[in-house]
Amino acid sequence: MPYRTIRFIAALLAVTFAAACRTSTPQQLVSGDAASKVYVAPGHYDEFYAFLSGGYSGNVSVYGLPSGRMLKIIPVFSQFPENGYGYTQETRAMLQTTFGEIPWDDTHHTELSQTNGVPDGRWLFINGNNTPRIARIDLTRFETDEIIQIPNSAGGHASPFTTPNSEYVVSATRFSVPIPNTDTPIEDFKARFKGTISFIRADQPGKMDIAFQILMPGYDYDLGHAGKGPSDGWFFFTSYDTEQAYTKLEVNASKNDKDFIAAVHWKLAEQCVKDGKAKATPSAYLHNVTDERTRIATSERKTSVLILDPANCPGVVYFIPTPKSPHGVDVDPTGEYIVGGGKLATVIPVHSFTKLQKAIADKAFDGELSGIPILKYEAVMVGEVQKPGLGPLHTEFDGKGYAYTSMFISSEVVKWKLGTWEVVDRIPVYYSIGHLMIPGGDSKQPWGKYLLALDKITKDRYLPTGPELAQSAQLIDISGDKMKLLLDFPTTGEPHYAQALPAAMIRDKQVKFFTLANNGNPYVTRSEAEGGIERKGKAVHIKMIAMRSHFTPDNLEGVLVGDTVYFHITNIEQDWDIVHGFAVLGMNTANLILLPGETRTLKWVPQAAGVYPFYCTDFCSALHQEMQGYIRVSAAGANVPLKANMSARAKTQEARKGALVVPARHDQMTGMR
Amino acid sequence: MSLRARVLMAAASLLVGGALLLPLWEVRLIAPQYPEGLGLRIHVNTVVGIKPNDLQSINGLNHYIGMKPILPDAIPELRWMPWIVVGLMVGGIAAAWRGSRRSVVAWLAGFALIGGIGLWDFHRWEYEYGHDLDAENAIIVVPGMNYEPPLLGSKQLLNFTATSLPGTGAIALGAGFLLATGALLTNHRRRRAVRATHAMPRAVAAAKA
Repeated sequence: MPYRTIRFIAALLAVTFAAACRTSTPQQLVSGDAASKVYVAPGHYDEFYAFLSGGYSGNVSVYGLPSGRMLKIIPVFSQFPENGYGYTQETRAMLQTTFGEIPWDDTHHTELSQTNGVPDGRWLFINGNNTPRIARIDLTRFETDEIIQIPNSAGGHASPFTTPNSEYVVSATRFSVPIPNTDTPIEDFKARFKGTISFIRADQPGKMDIAFQILMPGYDYDLGHAGKGPSDGWFFFTSYDTEQAYTKLEVNASKNDKDFIAAVHWKLAEQCVKDGKAKATPSAYLHNVTDERTRIATSERKTSVLILDPANCPGVVYFIPTPKSPHGVDVDPTGEYIVGGGKLATVIPVHSFTKLQKAIADKAFDGELSGIPILKYEAVMVGEVQKPGLGPLHTEFDGKGYAYTSMFISSEVVKWKLGTWEVVDRIPVYYSIGHLMIPGGDSKQPWGKYLLALDKITKDRYLPTGPELAQSAQLIDISGDKMKLLLDFPTTGEPHYAQALPAAMIRDKQVKFFTLANNGNPYVTRSEAEGGIERKGKAVHIKMIAMRSHFTPDNLEGVLVGDTVYFHITNIEQDWDIVHGFAVLGMNTANLILLPGETRTLKWVPQAAGVYPFYCTDFCSALHQEMQGYIRVSAAGANVPLKANMSARAKTQEARKGALVVPARHDQMTGMR
Repeated sequence: MSLRARVLMAAASLLVGGALLLPLWEVRLIAPQYPEGLGLRIHVNTVVGIKPNDLQSINGLNHYIGMKPILPDAIPELRWMPWIVVGLMVGGIAAAWRGSRRSVVAWLAGFALIGGIGLWDFHRWEYEYGHDLDAENAIIVVPGMNYEPPLLGSKQLLNFTATSLPGTGAIALGAGFLLATGALLTNHRRRRAVRATHAMPRAVAAAKA
């Protein structure tokens, strides 16, 4: 056989294999100066605080931007063994609901409080999606202070978006449910399942309250944003499943060409409620609040809400048809444009508030549903962004006339111009972006320098870690005409949405420690001399101080099997960042982290006689390893008297009764932690 | 035919037989979320994923657009195509054995016909999958959009770039066809050469005379 022929065959095969082995790994080239743009030198501060939802971790995580350095995880709806949140006697009530104590929820949207439509740095709100709740986090302490449960609701997804002065935060039902929620055949969905939109008074810390709920047709309410400027007084909510399917929603809720954005005139609703048009409806829900002085959370059970039927308040709700199961609804900084993110749509529709008002005045209706007028699409729609990409979800604004929309399916951020609806730039993100965030980008005054893309899939972006991979945030520079990718950083849980504000707004307002003199905990121990042990029937209360580098008392006896022991421990330090911890052998909860000036209580039910050591879990000082003690547990009925030892210092203090002694800082030599 | 032509013909038949083992065609899909790609290998008797679960993943994704799942068992061609290839191979060996030019020509003609029908049928299936969408159960419906993958080359289908190329099996088939054609030509050239060598002495003799 001629050699030529063989060579020819070989060449053919080589071409085939070359074609077969072709691989494609798109790698975004980061421009040369990206590193310097995100580099925050050691000891220097970031420009922005970013608050990322922790998704199914039930927490909020705080990052610095532009560095992407994680600063803190704030426990909200989930027990947090790292500091004892949700385990200590002081914090357990925060996780109480009418369903009992729940150690977890699914957080979705962070929302900063606002004044005049601009983030003001007072509080951060976040929703619990599974058991509808809204939490308020104080931004001087980065602590969850208050949680309110939302009754007549299931899946608090369209939440906790705020009105421009945080008069209200809202929560709309993702799942419609029977109201009241009683035993109902599922096929009665269309007849008996309803949605609600709750307006929760939010401008008074510790006094969140459900002002009223608007009864809505049984659709899924997805997201919302308040009007501002000219559209202040209105709130916009997306809905899907206007087909009212109750099975295989993937298909059955995707049939209608258009679903609705519900335009809710909340100022009118307020008036109707004032005029007595809402009906007090028995509904049980809990309001959990932490007292500022005692730092103890308590739950209050509430039994009634006001429900407003739109039929009794004409003009309170209108439906704006919007293509294909809209997800996000975002209002531009001027308050004029309302952008829908039809997740299966091929355009991005933009509605105009001016046209909305005119359409209402002209009664440009296309029928009505449950007494709610449906506006004509063309009468409200002012523009459509053509060929934006695939799977538009959310839009934020830079305050310079541009909008940025996340595209889940085509995995990109698309920048387009308000008014001309032209796409001007696009950038790929890795991969499958959900929300995006510009600091203040949903407010009247965006700080339009950075955009954070919050991605669902990371695949090949980081060193692999088995089947479960981190989700991701990507920082994009939007200060110029072209978007530039600066940084990737992994996140905790799933960062659905995020909010950010300039660090300067809250940086200098941080609480450094709790003033011991103001500690209102009934079991506070302000000095070593006040420590001790006390029996109340089967309960044994131990009052103890923690300071560098000891607990007092640190030898305890007289506890019997069958007793319930309460360790009430006060960190009597009055110095920033001097934290102590506490844990005892075999305890079945979590450690306590004690901030300076704070009292926390660990409940412990010893199961067997023996001696149990306890120790400080936070490396507090040079002699941290010496910070320990013992508690003796005797058999039930044993004749062992209660005993708590006193330190020499405590005895001195006892002698000088009355005079508050500032503990000597003999062991602060190195300041080592 | 010469021995050399017959050997070439036998080799061509064996190359055709290679199509029983090697993939005929490959369709590769790349999307932002799938930088590593998904892909299908179409064999003479089955359709498999390039990576173990690709077929499953592709069927999973296709349900969004209402495309029917690709079920190799439901494609009758995959049951009888191997026999056609076996027939072609056996026919080729028989032609080599017989060594007649006519049998090689007949074999090539049959091969071309089968190849043509095969490509047309493949295209028909692609058209079928790409157009017969279950609008009732589709989640993403883009008006006027079909999802017919290309027969050869690349095409954008929503967020996926689909690239379709012949596989090693098709290359083997093509090579077999070329080899058999080569066998014919070699034989032809050889016959001409034989004639020339026979003619030359006479010419030389004539010249000498």
